[in-house]
Amino acid sequence: MMADIAMEGITKTFGKVVANKNIDLQVKYGEIHALLGENGAGKSTLVNVLSGIYIPDSGSVYIDGKETRLNSPRIAAEVGIGMIHQHFKLVENMNARENILLGNKKGLLLQKEKLNGEIVALSERFGLKINPDQKVYDMTVGEKQKLEIMKVLFRGANILILDEPTAVLTPQETENLFEIIQKMKDEGCAVIFITHKMNEVMMIADRITVLRKGETVKTLTKEETSPQELAELMVGHKVDLSIKRPKTEKGRVLLEVKDLQAVNEEGIKTLRGISFKLATREILGVAGLAGNGQKELCEALAGLYPITGGSIEYLGESLVGKSPREISSLGISMSFVPEDRLGMGLVAAMDMVDNFILKDYYKQKGMFVDRKQAREKARQAIKKLDISTPGINNSIRELSGGNIQKVLLARELNSNPSLLITAYPVRGLDINVSYKIYDLINEEKEKGVAILYVGEDLDVLLELCDRIMVLCHGEVMGILDADKAGKEELGLLMSGEKTDKLGD
Amino acid sequence: MTVSFLAAAVVAGTPLLFATLGEIITEKAGNLNLGVEGMMLMGAVSGFYVGVTTNQPLLALAAAFLAGAGGALIFAVLTISLRANQVVSGLALTIFGTGFSGFIGQKLIGQVVPNNLKAFFKPFPFPLLNRIPILGEVLFSQDMFVYLGYAAAIVIGVYLYKTRLGMNLRAVGENPAAADAAGINITLNKYLHVLLGGALCGLGGAYLSLVYVPAWQENVIAGRGWIAVALVIFAAWNPYKAVIGAFLFGGLDIIGFRIQGTGFPVSLYFVDMLPYLATIVILVITSMKKSRENVPPKGLGVSYFREER
Repeated sequence: MMADIAMEGITKTFGKVVANKNIDLQVKYGEIHALLGENGAGKSTLVNVLSGIYIPDSGSVYIDGKETRLNSPRIAAEVGIGMIHQHFKLVENMNARENILLGNKKGLLLQKEKLNGEIVALSERFGLKINPDQKVYDMTVGEKQKLEIMKVLFRGANILILDEPTAVLTPQETENLFEIIQKMKDEGCAVIFITHKMNEVMMIADRITVLRKGETVKTLTKEETSPQELAELMVGHKVDLSIKRPKTEKGRVLLEVKDLQAVNEEGIKTLRGISFKLATREILGVAGLAGNGQKELCEALAGLYPITGGSIEYLGESLVGKSPREISSLGISMSFVPEDRLGMGLVAAMDMVDNFILKDYYKQKGMFVDRKQAREKARQAIKKLDISTPGINNSIRELSGGNIQKVLLARELNSNPSLLITAYPVRGLDINVSYKIYDLINEEKEKGVAILYVGEDLDVLLELCDRIMVLCHGEVMGILDADKAGKEELGLLMSGEKTDKLGD
Repeated sequence: MTVSFLAAAVVAGTPLLFATLGEIITEKAGNLNLGVEGMMLMGAVSGFYVGVTTNQPLLALAAAFLAGAGGALIFAVLTISLRANQVVSGLALTIFGTGFSGFIGQKLIGQVVPNNLKAFFKPFPFPLLNRIPILGEVLFSQDMFVYLGYAAAIVIGVYLYKTRLGMNLRAVGENPAAADAAGINITLNKYLHVLLGGALCGLGGAYLSLVYVPAWQENVIAGRGWIAVALVIFAAWNPYKAVIGAFLFGGLDIIGFRIQGTGFPVSLYFVDMLPYLATIVILVITSMKKSRENVPPKGLGVSYFREER
């Protein structure tokens, strides 16, 4: 008997890269089916095939037992497939109603009242609160996601695909999303849920298909498996899922920030009186939803972002007004991994050697650049961090995202910093590499480095850091001891509830 | 005096209006076509040539419309189907259009528009509206081209903001990936609007050669295509504001003759410089003003490929 939605022998290649290799997937109506795998396992490619974005090289898709050629998103929508993309596909300067209506064919003119009624009715049925007249650029990430879900529901989709929907949500928003997903299931929809977080799978999925390196590993029911087994299937060998937190004696205070203030170009306050101390041999985590001042804080510390008030003292010396170069020569090093990975820190068109040299070429004498040392360093970094690259002279652009991040981190560690600022160092990396990077950070901590770690995964922050500072709208909501704090508490702080806990 | 100046400003602004509207539609589809000058020249020479040889005003208009669209087709094939760089393709189109008009126009130099056509494009009072004091004289005692310009602005405005198809078009220009996921045909939308935009530019060019001048002179567009590109920014991609911008620049274009008439002591070269100077000033001012509504379509200048990773 064939499942309601069946993908058979799907193969999809991009140039030389095989993203999907003969993959099978079977999903039923009324079930939540998790698609689990590391980065590059082919999850997104597979569901993009199902939603008509990618056309597979071979293989077939059966919907309700009929073979269906999904040659475009329109055809996919017609057979009831709706996808909520990881990077939202919304038109920023249109309102919710317009985004929902895009591409619908009914009528020539836009009938506002009638449509608003339909939207509200549907949103109540699924517990999705949406204001049809709100512009997308005024929405929070959670609201945007709800709008994406509304979009596909409005078209009557009964096969819903969610591509890493929880990556950008607070714990509370995630719970809310799970309720919505549960309702979809109760209404008889098939839900395909992509993630690489084991705890979410165990919480909500009925069945789980694990992918690895573009191939199907296994499909199991939740009852017959465990997070440990899933992790091993994902990675392909035994893994230890705990992060070590070496006990270290906190040293002297290296960095003291008091009442730091800053405004952006539009005159909106981005940092509102941030104060904290950071000592050697400690990791201070920074939690918060993306865009709540983390980037500005990191850049202000590195001398890249103008501040309007407050002080930054490093061993008693003020950093305010110093150039980025002066600051970095004091031993302060920053690696910020932005969403597009290359946005800051590395030059995509340059090779590894030149990127390594970028930060200290000016210390060399003479007119010509001496690459000998940098070459040696690059070779060492490849070995130490297990960077996969055709060679040190290939431009960074050719490397995969994870490897680019390793290069960035390697360069920053190379300068033997005494204060390391690192933001989202494991963004988008798979389990193996992430753990390698946690180990590296711990190694630095034991060496006596003070570390400011901006992260997004609360579980990791709680396990890796000594203290966690929570930011919301550029304000410190509280500084908690990682030993004693819980996820719920952090989540509340992230959504703007203040605490008087400012533990040092 | 003032009324006649304003009426003349409307006439001078009309070719700019057509070109600006054309470029707005093109850019709303996410394509930055810098070939406006070239498409206007192609429209100007084709319209003039067909007008002189056939003596049929409607055929002349059709020729200008098709010539503009033909120029845009080159750009569309390059940028939409072949995903070539839009800036370079647009500049190439301007160079091509200049050569095209020079070549066809060689034998036309010095020829004037036949009387039959002149009569067809003669100003006539617009029923009822011409009785509005002042405005009636300025706006509604013009030739049919000018009225066509008003109509085009209104139709495009309604289309963009009130209809489903217009909304789809805006989505294509803002976020083609989102539009594609919503089942909108990106390629079709881009082709249609780039061609229509080019056709409007062609009509704008024909107004200059058939009505405004009305004789063939080489390089009759004289940089107006570039001003239209700047006017799109001035108008914040809004067809209604394009009307204001076009007439404002039309005024700057003719102010020189007027000032000379009054005997006011100012260098002719300075006056000739005014439209271009104003363009620079306006570009600087509009780029300083930050707003989330008056911004270029997000997908402007970027080729779309569905399977891109």
